[in-house]
Amino acid sequence: MQKRQLVLEDGTRFLGTGFGSDREISGEVVFNTGMTGYQEILSDPSYCGQIVTMTYPLIGNYGINRDDFETITPSIHGLIVKEVCDLPSNYRSEETLDRFLKANDIPGLAGIDTRKLTRLIRNHGTMKGLFTSADCSVERAMQLLHQEIGITNHVERVSTVKPYVVPGRGRRIVLVDFGMKHGILRELTKRNCHITVVPHHYSAEKIRRLKPEGVMLSNGPGDPKYVPDAVRMIEEIIPDIPVFGICLGHQLIALACGADTEKLRFGHRGANHPVKDLTTGKTVMTSQNHGYTVTKESLAGTELELTQLALNDGTVEGLAHKRYPAFSVQYHPESSPGPEDTYQLFDRFLANIITHQSEEKREEVSCRSVQI
Amino acid sequence: MPKRTDINKILVIGSGPIVIGQAAEFDYSGTQACQSLKEEGYQVILANSNPATIMTDDTVADTVYMEPLTTDFLIKIIRKEQPDAILPTLGGQTGLNMAMALEQTGILEEYDVELLGTSLSAIRKAEDREVFRSLMHELGEPVPESQIVHSVEEALEFAGEIGFPLIVRPAYTLGGTGGGMCYDKDELMDITRNGLALSPVTQCLVEKNISGFKEIEYEVMRDKQDQAIVVCNMENVDPVGVHTGDSIVTAPSQTLSDREYQMLRNASLKIIRALEIEGGCNVQLALDPSSFQYYIIEVNPRVSRSSALASKATGYPIAKLAAKIALGLTLDEIINPITGTTYACYEPALDYVVTKLPRFPFDKFVSGNRSLGTQMKATGEVMAVGRSFEESLLKGIRSLDIGTEELWMEKWTYKTMDELIECLKKPDDERIFVIAEAFRRGCTVTELFETTKIDPFFLTKIQRLIKLEKDVSAHKNDMERLMEAKKAGFSDTQVSRLWETDVDSIYEMRKQSGLLPVYKMVDTCAAEFESETPYFYSTFEEENESIVSERQKVLVIGSGPIRIGQGIEFDYATVHSVLALKQAGYEAIIMNSNPETVSTDFSVSDKLYFEPLTLEDVMHVIELEKPEGVIVQFGGQTAINLAEGLQRRGVAILGTNLEAIDTAEDRDKFEHLMNELDILQPQGKSVRQLDQAVAVAEQIGYPVLVRPSYVIGGSQMEIVYNNDELAAYLKKSNHIKHTHPILIDKYLTGIELEVDAVCDGENIVIPGMMEHIERAGVHSGDSIAVYPPQRISDSAKRECVEITMKIARRLSVKGLINIQFVIHEDKVYVLEVNPRASRTIPFLSKITGVPMAALATRCILGESLADAGFPNGLLPELPQVSVKVPVFSFAKLRSVDTMLGPEMKSTGEAIGRDKTLEKALYKGLIASGLSIPQEGAVLLTVADKDKQEMIEIARRFHMLGFRLYATEGTSEFTAEKGIPVQKVGKVGAAGETVLSIIEEGKVQVVINTLTSGKQPRSDGFRIRREAVEHGIACLTSLDTAMAILNVIDSTTFTASPVSEKRAVFTT
Repeated sequence: MQKRQLVLEDGTRFLGTGFGSDREISGEVVFNTGMTGYQEILSDPSYCGQIVTMTYPLIGNYGINRDDFETITPSIHGLIVKEVCDLPSNYRSEETLDRFLKANDIPGLAGIDTRKLTRLIRNHGTMKGLFTSADCSVERAMQLLHQEIGITNHVERVSTVKPYVVPGRGRRIVLVDFGMKHGILRELTKRNCHITVVPHHYSAEKIRRLKPEGVMLSNGPGDPKYVPDAVRMIEEIIPDIPVFGICLGHQLIALACGADTEKLRFGHRGANHPVKDLTTGKTVMTSQNHGYTVTKESLAGTELELTQLALNDGTVEGLAHKRYPAFSVQYHPESSPGPEDTYQLFDRFLANIITHQSEEKREEVSCRSVQI
Repeated sequence: MPKRTDINKILVIGSGPIVIGQAAEFDYSGTQACQSLKEEGYQVILANSNPATIMTDDTVADTVYMEPLTTDFLIKIIRKEQPDAILPTLGGQTGLNMAMALEQTGILEEYDVELLGTSLSAIRKAEDREVFRSLMHELGEPVPESQIVHSVEEALEFAGEIGFPLIVRPAYTLGGTGGGMCYDKDELMDITRNGLALSPVTQCLVEKNISGFKEIEYEVMRDKQDQAIVVCNMENVDPVGVHTGDSIVTAPSQTLSDREYQMLRNASLKIIRALEIEGGCNVQLALDPSSFQYYIIEVNPRVSRSSALASKATGYPIAKLAAKIALGLTLDEIINPITGTTYACYEPALDYVVTKLPRFPFDKFVSGNRSLGTQMKATGEVMAVGRSFEESLLKGIRSLDIGTEELWMEKWTYKTMDELIECLKKPDDERIFVIAEAFRRGCTVTELFETTKIDPFFLTKIQRLIKLEKDVSAHKNDMERLMEAKKAGFSDTQVSRLWETDVDSIYEMRKQSGLLPVYKMVDTCAAEFESETPYFYSTFEEENESIVSERQKVLVIGSGPIRIGQGIEFDYATVHSVLALKQAGYEAIIMNSNPETVSTDFSVSDKLYFEPLTLEDVMHVIELEKPEGVIVQFGGQTAINLAEGLQRRGVAILGTNLEAIDTAEDRDKFEHLMNELDILQPQGKSVRQLDQAVAVAEQIGYPVLVRPSYVIGGSQMEIVYNNDELAAYLKKSNHIKHTHPILIDKYLTGIELEVDAVCDGENIVIPGMMEHIERAGVHSGDSIAVYPPQRISDSAKRECVEITMKIARRLSVKGLINIQFVIHEDKVYVLEVNPRASRTIPFLSKITGVPMAALATRCILGESLADAGFPNGLLPELPQVSVKVPVFSFAKLRSVDTMLGPEMKSTGEAIGRDKTLEKALYKGLIASGLSIPQEGAVLLTVADKDKQEMIEIARRFHMLGFRLYATEGTSEFTAEKGIPVQKVGKVGAAGETVLSIIEEGKVQVVINTLTSGKQPRSDGFRIRREAVEHGIACLTSLDTAMAILNVIDSTTFTASPVSEKRAVFTT
């Protein structure tokens, strides 16, 4: 196998063996601590533009199957593992990780001290890195990295271009796709929803024309401030349509309501993040993947209520609007990968719709009675 | 939620003596839990009858009761102490069973004692097969088709419905005792009958066979807020069918996709929630390798062997947190002790692979049935951590200390391919080596998968290792190959075999090119958070995380896996040494490979290296840490064996030097020393030619003790009484290489005495002497030891003290020394000298109050005994009598002979203490699990040489009102002496036979001294096994029988007629 390397923006070099595609590519180097779920991680659009290091050393053990994708076209920039399995064993396995990455033109790097890399990221924060051939000098690699202009159109890259319908006989939901994981769609269809998936730039007016009973804001990659149109759209629909936001969707709701977001040093990526629900007092395990967070201090003066907190670093994990039927979480209740302890949030969203509609009806009735 | 303030005094029930299925892991969890409770300010009362544990140290609990774990004694403790609550979930199955038994007596209600952690109803739901099954049905969790049976007939009926193969699991037994796989009607009848006899509720589960499924375990925790987490999941390399305690296990699971992982996680959490457990719980599941179909196999509503393993594998201290949860604290408010910054409500992320390998006792039990099934047979285990499966597996293999440091055993190279495949059809303890050998011969993964059902993932890894082995072998002295081999976990020993050179040159070669391992931290979080724990493992990578401090440091070598002859006692001594080093201001570094023990709790030492205990691995740590020296005398033979190599490589051995160790172990040097010091020892000789043996034995005079000088595969020591027996022995040991001589020693009958002393190089202190109940010839570890000696004259004691002083001084012992004496015809002979910690250290330390291992460590560091405040010589004897009673695991090891002899067979020990010997013995015997009958019948079958001696025993049993049964020879002999006895037929005879009366429960005690002689399946053997399988006390030494007789005598009243009228009245 071919010797390849990762060069970080601080000049650190990791020499390993290449697998998957052998193209040169740069990206933000992050790490994920999940011990299973590499297929879901690879195909999670939120990793667009990133090179993901798996901290668990053996990756590819159960191969790639036809079912566990979170999107059709992966947008991850690269994968770093300690050891890639070339003879996977699982009855669902269709092909090896290597073959899958080759087919999708994604480069991988194996055989490096991934723990060293992880500690480096933990101590210095996320860094840019370049996947290149072993003979490329560190100087040249760093030059390339510095020349690069960071991308800002992550969402545009991964969002659907055209709206489409996933029909059902239940609630009419508009799902705004900022880089949606299939898991969200799956949880909604499981609950018989009639879903219209719309592109990230869909306006509030266009959304209203679809007569949704609720709007779901998906996860997605990058800085929420790169998608100002969506913030405006949310501002318009939030007063009278029940909204549920996940991950990027959560950050966008915060921005729409006047709060602020910031970048975390190295983010939360893994399947073991404890989150405390402030209303019930209970802590649950969540699946997370985010580099940005809603600034806690910025909530003061907004109409947002802090509902959930990350147990370990106290960052914002859940919000609810004090007046409007909107709520959101920073983590991934659809799991895939990760614990399925928070599936019930989708039920809560549907319950919110019912409550909202009966309140509206009551208001209508009372309005009418005033008219009479 | 804050901890509870309405309770103050808590009774913790320990797990008692160590048996297969319930071992050192409960010392680890129990100690952690007690400390955890004390930390929170509660008063801890501990009941445990195992003196060899750290848990029963007086610093661990506020009050320690080393009393038998029976309802009678626990009730006494409850009445006296009046605790507010009991914590029963930390003492294994024993703890749970005791809690249920106590509840039934009504004592808990009477004294308003609350059960913490897990409710009785939850225990019942998890433990009772029937209730468990209906709970699973309620939850919609699948369990294999099965039927609860109370009789053999019911089992057969069920078999008629669903067919074979089937698994039988008796209810409420440890480690699957009595269970097994049945392929036909006969096996089903046999195993069910046995299982019903062993189940305290006469209940067995007969279950559909799902062998071949993946066996997965989840360690889960829950608190009273209903917050529940998974600490760790594990995948067994051996699929369902082999008990998880006997399986090679990896953490985390390797072949599960996230969907499968989450599906099984959900099921496990659902179960712990349904059982409302407040603490830890273990869920075992079986997953079909070709669908999402899974079954719940078993749930343990308590900390277990698996939870100890999970704690060490992840760094997450389950028992400690389970105790806090039992007090009402919740996971989200307890700090994760590993990181020190995050919370316990968290699922550890691993960035390494952990492999656990079982350690089997078949090196001692050569005749034991080695096939593995649902009944656990391993006595201990090792854990190894690596950054790849291959690395962790190979590190594990060399941690086992079984004479190979690689996946290679010479004996398998002599087998044909067909023989190998045949051997693989039924799992046994050496399967992994056979698989490796089969790959060496070109077998494919598919072929071996067909035969073993081991997941191809693991087989492929082994195949890869063999490919690499061939590649390395073909490229001698190639550094690149060497690097690849080291990364895959190869030992220098393996490379030296492949390159036909010695280990030292490989080591030198690596050192020169800087091919050395680095150390990574076990931190529960895959480096996501900064951690405080000094818990490390080695791997061949770039970054080293083990920061070497400026402090003066000492490395203590642990004792590796628990095995027969090297038990938890050595871990006890190791821990005490570490604590003493810390107290003396040193940085105490420990190396060990055993996940079950206290010594590998990262909070015990300043630094823990979880590593194999081989020269290579120890040297790596020494190269990095550069300690002042290494202490090897507390880690049993494993550590002692390292001394020579360490010295060769220039490492300072602290304490008693290598020369002294060698003098004690080398037969010629030892003999020389004894002569020089004018000390008696049994006459003996070593012979190289087998035909010389008879001549030598005759010259020395029978009986003689014979053994190979170099023990291969545990071939035995035996006492032989004549030429025939010697010939039989020689024939049996034919396979032993002729290069090693056979040792023949005079066997001296007499009282055996044991001394443990601490020596500072000049002076010694002997805290106490122990006399053995059984005469010399029974291994000291299998004898009942009594403190203070009861039958030894003051002059003999004085002589023993003098001899001990002489030897200790002559060998310049610094630290511990153990000497075994036999008093033969009023003369004191030395049998054995061990200049290291012995297995009696914890027992003696506890009963005399002298912290021997700690004191020895201070001597090793240079302190004198006088400075430590101890006088020279034997300390005054204390009035209380203490006995150490061995505990065996014979019920778990079918086809192992229970006859006691020079080869050690016990797995654990219990203590009995009281005012008199009889009372102490009574407690000790009860604590060891023996029931002492007050009435009933005794079966006598003794060897001719014992008949005379047996008469006294027979007479006294008769006087106590026991009925006597005996086989022909014994019965005639007994009847001749005027003692009424009922004759029964021999094995296989018609009518009432020795076996049938045992089977029918007509006898309560069996006294059997028939040696196995020439046939391995002799009548004596069958009688002994029959007794074990029916839970009847079987005494193979007349001394033990006499001791029990004394106990019965002192606890019952006899009815005896007025004897001869005195002359004064008749005249």
